[in-house]
Amino acid sequence: MINKTVANVGEACKGVKDGMTFMLGGFGLSGIPENSIAELVRLNISGVTCISNNAGVDNFGLGQLLQKHQIKKMISSYVGENAEFERQMLSGELEVELIPQGTLAQRCLAAQSGIPAFYTPAGYGTEVAEGKESREFNGKMHLMERAFKADFAFVKAWKGDEAGNLIFKGTARNFNPNMCGAATITVAEVEELVPAGSLDPNQIHIPGIFVQRIFQGDKYEKRIEQLTVRKKS
Amino acid sequence: MLDKNQIAQRIAKEIKDGYYVNLGIGIPTLVANFVRDDIEVEFQSENGILGMGPFPFEGEEDPDLINAGKQTITALPGASFFDSATSFSMIRGQHVDLTILGAMEVSQNGDIANWKIPGKMVKGMGGAMDLVASADNIIVAMMHTNRAGESKLLKNCSLPLTGVSCVKKIVSNLAVVEVKDGKFKLLERAPGVSVAEIIEATDGELIVEGDIPEMTF
Repeated sequence: MINKTVANVGEACKGVKDGMTFMLGGFGLSGIPENSIAELVRLNISGVTCISNNAGVDNFGLGQLLQKHQIKKMISSYVGENAEFERQMLSGELEVELIPQGTLAQRCLAAQSGIPAFYTPAGYGTEVAEGKESREFNGKMHLMERAFKADFAFVKAWKGDEAGNLIFKGTARNFNPNMCGAATITVAEVEELVPAGSLDPNQIHIPGIFVQRIFQGDKYEKRIEQLTVRKKS
Repeated sequence: MLDKNQIAQRIAKEIKDGYYVNLGIGIPTLVANFVRDDIEVEFQSENGILGMGPFPFEGEEDPDLINAGKQTITALPGASFFDSATSFSMIRGQHVDLTILGAMEVSQNGDIANWKIPGKMVKGMGGAMDLVASADNIIVAMMHTNRAGESKLLKNCSLPLTGVSCVKKIVSNLAVVEVKDGKFKLLERAPGVSVAEIIEATDGELIVEGDIPEMTF
């Protein structure tokens, strides 16, 4: 067994530098790497490009990095729900590249799997197509999209083992598995880190080969963005 | 004239037994409330669930279980979870049978604009561009006119596009309209709404053939 465990979040984030490109898993606030984000805030590295579906809320998730002006550029599909984000974007402090959500996921997957580029119909005929090669397949127009290049991928899983194998829970899975192995170094934080051999190999979502560093997060706040409930009648 | 719930109720009639359906935010979300009890339908949410159920009971909410609108939800028996790339494989690969979404504008050749108003805060397209580029069967749920009273069914969209030549059908507060051969075709009118009123509220070319029946629910 190749042991991927690191002692703590500090060791997991070793090597992060100003100006790097990071991938961060999560959809809204669900499945975000809370502990790694907190460490990036603490380290106060700046000028970073973040590839993440969303940009958190004002005081949680990537919103914490935004508040300290650490992010130079966001690559996302949807960035509402964040007033500070809006302010920095409108003032020109923050560069924002909006891309279709499926294209975002596939560009992660392409990076993970050694595919330099692919064609997708999403965005053809829209401003997303500007500057991109287009080509017809089976009578339909497609855009060429490229694999992402990133220095670190920060992902969050439910359970993981010492070998870096990961299991996700519910819709907290989202972009996390697609980002594993899609950057030079993948850092996985888990709610529960178990010895190798404790997880059923049939149930592993992401094999440890895609993960370089794994640690158990100190705590998880798991904030809910839109609480919607039914009354028991 | 229909209210939002009635638009949703009329669209629910388009859902057939065995359909996998993706519902957008807004009026489309309401459609789930009107699906017949005697058919089997599974709702997909692009953040990674098939078999989405209603909101949880108070106190049973789970931060690891949300829909694409970031609302807490439940999973029905037979549900599955998956990653985002797999989710969009379902969408682009045309495994989802029906997509229902809102729009700011639709043109008579089926172009749709629903993600950006120049000069206003742009939040992003989310999964809308992937959905409209690939789905075989797209129904738009929207008001026939905007707040200023201007038609949303146009010859050409004026707002930045989400996708081209993709909308097949529109259910508005006034009518059911098909997009066919580069024109709008009037299929049904809302109870109490005349054909003349629908023509008046439609900027694009509208084909009206024979008697136009009133919607039934």
